[in-house]
Amino acid sequence: MAAQEPIVALRGIRFGYPGAEPILAGLDFALGPAERVGILAPNGSGKTTLFLLIMGLLRPQGGEILVFGKPRRVEADFLEVRRRIGLVFQDPEDQLFCPTVIEDVAFGPLNLGRSRKEAVAAARRALAALGLEAFEDRIGFQLSGGEKRLVSLAAVLAMEPEALLLDEPENGLDSRTRLRLVEVLEGLAIPQAIISHDIDLLTALCDRLLTLEAGRIREVDGEALHRHVHAHRLGDRPHRHSPTG
Amino acid sequence: MLPEPAVAAGKATRGWIDPRVRLAAALVYSGATAVWQKPESIAAALGFALGLAVFFRLAPGPVLRRLFAVNGLLALLWLILPFSLPGETLLQLGPLAASREGLLLALRITLKSNALLLALLALVAPLPFPSAGHALHRLGVPGKFVQLLLLTWRYLALLEQEFGRLRRAAALRGFRPRTDLHTYRTFAWLLGMLLVRAVDRAERVRRAMLCRGFQGVFFSLQEFRLNGRSLGFAAAVAAAVAACAVLEFGG
Repeated sequence: MAAQEPIVALRGIRFGYPGAEPILAGLDFALGPAERVGILAPNGSGKTTLFLLIMGLLRPQGGEILVFGKPRRVEADFLEVRRRIGLVFQDPEDQLFCPTVIEDVAFGPLNLGRSRKEAVAAARRALAALGLEAFEDRIGFQLSGGEKRLVSLAAVLAMEPEALLLDEPENGLDSRTRLRLVEVLEGLAIPQAIISHDIDLLTALCDRLLTLEAGRIREVDGEALHRHVHAHRLGDRPHRHSPTG
Repeated sequence: MLPEPAVAAGKATRGWIDPRVRLAAALVYSGATAVWQKPESIAAALGFALGLAVFFRLAPGPVLRRLFAVNGLLALLWLILPFSLPGETLLQLGPLAASREGLLLALRITLKSNALLLALLALVAPLPFPSAGHALHRLGVPGKFVQLLLLTWRYLALLEQEFGRLRRAAALRGFRPRTDLHTYRTFAWLLGMLLVRAVDRAERVRRAMLCRGFQGVFFSLQEFRLNGRSLGFAAAVAAAVAACAVLEFGG
């Protein structure tokens, strides 16, 4: 893993929003070509900012961003990044703005210069991969929260990205949809970086776990033995818990 | 929620007519109908609008409700116009005199309004909003304007939800609108907060669009084709408008 060149490499990134303490202070981060990285950190610690920096939607105040081995500094550098890396936003409502589902999913491929036919075909493939074939002509804002989440993932997958950044993908999903999401992400053979507060999801999916502390990345290694106390109905009888549900 | 086209019974039963033809027909028909002055041509135009409503099998209930709303407003004209327009006196009510000219004008306006409403309900209302937007684009309306329209339509529901949330949050803390400074201030805050959130949302949507390779050009998936039925329909509308013109200007 370490021998190969990382897809995304951030070095010494410094960033702060105007009028606030800097939230990233000399951050280093790397996403290798065949790994799933989980990022688990408190609210406001700069996880989403990290993704926005990688996609070139924010510019760092210091440090270096390398994507696919090339340094990225100006808007023109990031156009290629956005073509090849998919970012799934925290709120699917931000991502779905077309009148119908198929138009939303085909929006990316059309922007990549595909013909209308190719774009629709790519969109159908992406929808089918998530079991959403029947959603094509549905109206975007009439979908349920879980449906919106899956459609926004399909919209990103339709661009056939070479890497995926997911910002709290499990947010607002019921346990069944969440399970489907885990299956889909597991089935994707591309590197992924996943921000989440759901430690079960991250341990089920990811090869390594990171956290953000004082504006820097810290590797979470080793496991600590601990126990949980929890309550549910029929808890006094012998039973098993599924690992991800 | 946004009003979904409730009168859209015709689409399935009468085959597909190119949205561009529908919009162009609505434009030509309403432009022409606004011009007609003679009772014959106005009556013919109304007859044609009725024909359209029947042809597209509009559901009578919703159509009548909408006609009722418009005619309620028109009733005011019937009360005012005859007494305010000078001309040949038909009826004397104390100091008020109803003029023939006024009555005729009120009648013309009523017939025209009903004709226009019926035609628009038949031609435009059943169109899904996205198709209407793309059809407008194909008819030469600038792309930016059409996108503004479509994005507005898409996010209107979200804004409404957001405002509902804010109002409920206020109501849950005991806020009841009254005619006082506190109420005005609260509404100003609600609206201000809505604006701030809308700007915030707009920025996130822009970012999401950039992430999917957006570079300022919108592409449309909608395909339009001028099939025989659409051409036939266009010809029928043209013929009807021409017939009205003959009634108006001929003889």
